[in-house]
Amino acid sequence: MNGGECQHLLGQLSDYVDGELGQAMCDEIEQHLSGCRNCRVVVDTLRKTVTLYQLAGAEPVPGDVQERLLKVLDLQDFIGEKK
Amino acid sequence: MPDDPAFVERLRAGDKEACALCVREHSTHVYNLALKLTGDPAAAEDVLQETFLSAFRAIPRFEGKSQLSTWLYRIAHNAALMKLRKRQVDTVSLDEPVENKAGVPEPREFADWSENPEEMLMDAEMRHAMQTAIASLSETLRSAFVLRDVNGLSTAQTAEVLGLSEEAVKSRLLRARLALREKLSVYMSERVAESKR
Repeated sequence: MNGGECQHLLGQLSDYVDGELGQAMCDEIEQHLSGCRNCRVVVDTLRKTVTLYQLAGAEPVPGDVQERLLKVLDLQDFIGEKK
Repeated sequence: MPDDPAFVERLRAGDKEACALCVREHSTHVYNLALKLTGDPAAAEDVLQETFLSAFRAIPRFEGKSQLSTWLYRIAHNAALMKLRKRQVDTVSLDEPVENKAGVPEPREFADWSENPEEMLMDAEMRHAMQTAIASLSETLRSAFVLRDVNGLSTAQTAEVLGLSEEAVKSRLLRARLALREKLSVYMSERVAESKR
């Protein structure tokens, strides 16, 4: 990642993987990617990084933690079945 | 329901059913935000309790300019930061990536990951590497990444929670993503090397 084009891509990387760039900019980046192995790896592994954390998702609030929260808030009698 | 002015009015009036609904709707997101920011289940529980206690006390002052969820996230984020600062965690990594001219950390690891994310998540060691990587981020980068990429807020909502411009959020998000990619790439390279021994 030493060339000017690589550094230009780096600045646009988030917008590119989020699909927030215009077509002309995407075409320019994809042309660069076709000839730059390191940038292809960075784009691919950056996408996978974001996907990994998204897929890992939210952990449910543990039952005992939820119970203590409701007690502190004095709401034990107002919670029905969780959706 | 949650962002409807009538619902907020019920919260202001101290309606217990509305408060319970609010907890049911938002506790998972608040808990996960706190857990990812502090990395500590006990601290996350404290933040969860403090967030709803503070929110229900402050609801008369909630003006409805932001979404209720964004407002709750902001309270939770501030409470989590207080916890982190009390612990005086040194979040500046000694091996921060080098920065290029534009100030974006330059990638140093170019290992290809052959597995897809679904396969990678089946591996407990990989999940541990992910937790270690996120914990190694500075507080500012972690906040942007957790809100935007883990909790799924929009860039605008993340900016509102953090009191930043959208541009600043995007800049932090890029740095956070690159730093995490770098850490996970190191882990993946080591894993491939071990499998060849």
